[in-house]
Amino acid sequence: MSPNFLNGITLLLVYQLVGEVSTRLLNWPVPGPVLGMLLLFITLLLSDGLESVVEPASSALLSHLSLLFVPAGVGVMVHVGRIGSAWLPISMALIFGTLITMAVTAWVMVGMQRLLGRRSTHAA
Amino acid sequence: MLPDSNLEQVWVYLSASPLFGLTMTLIAYGIAYRVYVWSKANPLLNPVVTAVILLIALLVLTDTPYQDYFEGGQFVHFLLGPATVALAIPLYRQLGKLKMLWLPVLVALLVGVTVGGVSAVGIAWLLGADTPILLSLAPKSVTAPVAMGIAERIGGIPSLTAVLVVMTGVIGAVLGTKLFDVLRIRDCSARGIAMGVAAHGIGTARAFQVSTEMGAFAGLAMALSALLASVILPWLLGWMR
Repeated sequence: MSPNFLNGITLLLVYQLVGEVSTRLLNWPVPGPVLGMLLLFITLLLSDGLESVVEPASSALLSHLSLLFVPAGVGVMVHVGRIGSAWLPISMALIFGTLITMAVTAWVMVGMQRLLGRRSTHAA
Repeated sequence: MLPDSNLEQVWVYLSASPLFGLTMTLIAYGIAYRVYVWSKANPLLNPVVTAVILLIALLVLTDTPYQDYFEGGQFVHFLLGPATVALAIPLYRQLGKLKMLWLPVLVALLVGVTVGGVSAVGIAWLLGADTPILLSLAPKSVTAPVAMGIAERIGGIPSLTAVLVVMTGVIGAVLGTKLFDVLRIRDCSARGIAMGVAAHGIGTARAFQVSTEMGAFAGLAMALSALLASVILPWLLGWMR
């Protein structure tokens, strides 16, 4: 294990730990790792050398992000009964909810860019 | 020849140790990933789905309860936390684009997170799902560790949410690019943002295969929408009740 990898993973865990402890102490609705991400992002903005320290560990984790979902996914076997008894509402909510969300988000993104693009050409 | 009692002792050891669950998770994913690469990245052969099917088959055949498997699986599962923190890196790298497009991105994310929660809860409610299922469905589009945290806070079932999150990610990854083609949305930033909001990490992994630009926007959307969702969804559900 390269020293950089070790430093990187340590730093990620420190930020997660700070995030978990602060959200609990302050009773915030934000999950700990998300606050940790935000704090790391702010630190990256403030310091130049930090990116190269966390980079190896971060890309190792993010390049196999799919793997990390597997143990939770296997949990479907515990919930077979509950999912089976409500399979219609669940499958419809998953399929159509996801399609609607993707379509609306993409439309808003395209629409906003057009709106702002036109505004700036008018201003020019 | 090994006597049966020795074999039994080996099995007693394996079922009590995290080694079995952890090793099988990595092997199943290794096979699933090779199948996926071999199929030239066919979205239907998403490695998460293949690995989950292989592992469930193994657990059912060996009569191993999920709790015993998770003794080993938790080591992989735990890494979702530091991986969430690590999302700060792609976010930081997209700083230039983020500065340029911050307003469209912010509005799209606010709308996307709200529609994501409301559409899932609304559809399931119309079709008669009970409250624990509705609350577990609400954060389905958010990346797993955050979604589980949200589910816990709003009174859903975190482990059910984790499963629904994975299913949502797979649906988004499989149907996303088709949907954008049908709707004639060609803009990479819009495709990426939509994929990240609706289908989190699994959608982001898929977006990176289409193009690095789409992937970067998807990663950005996943990270920022996780942040927004953890504030918006508990508030929205409190208000809906």
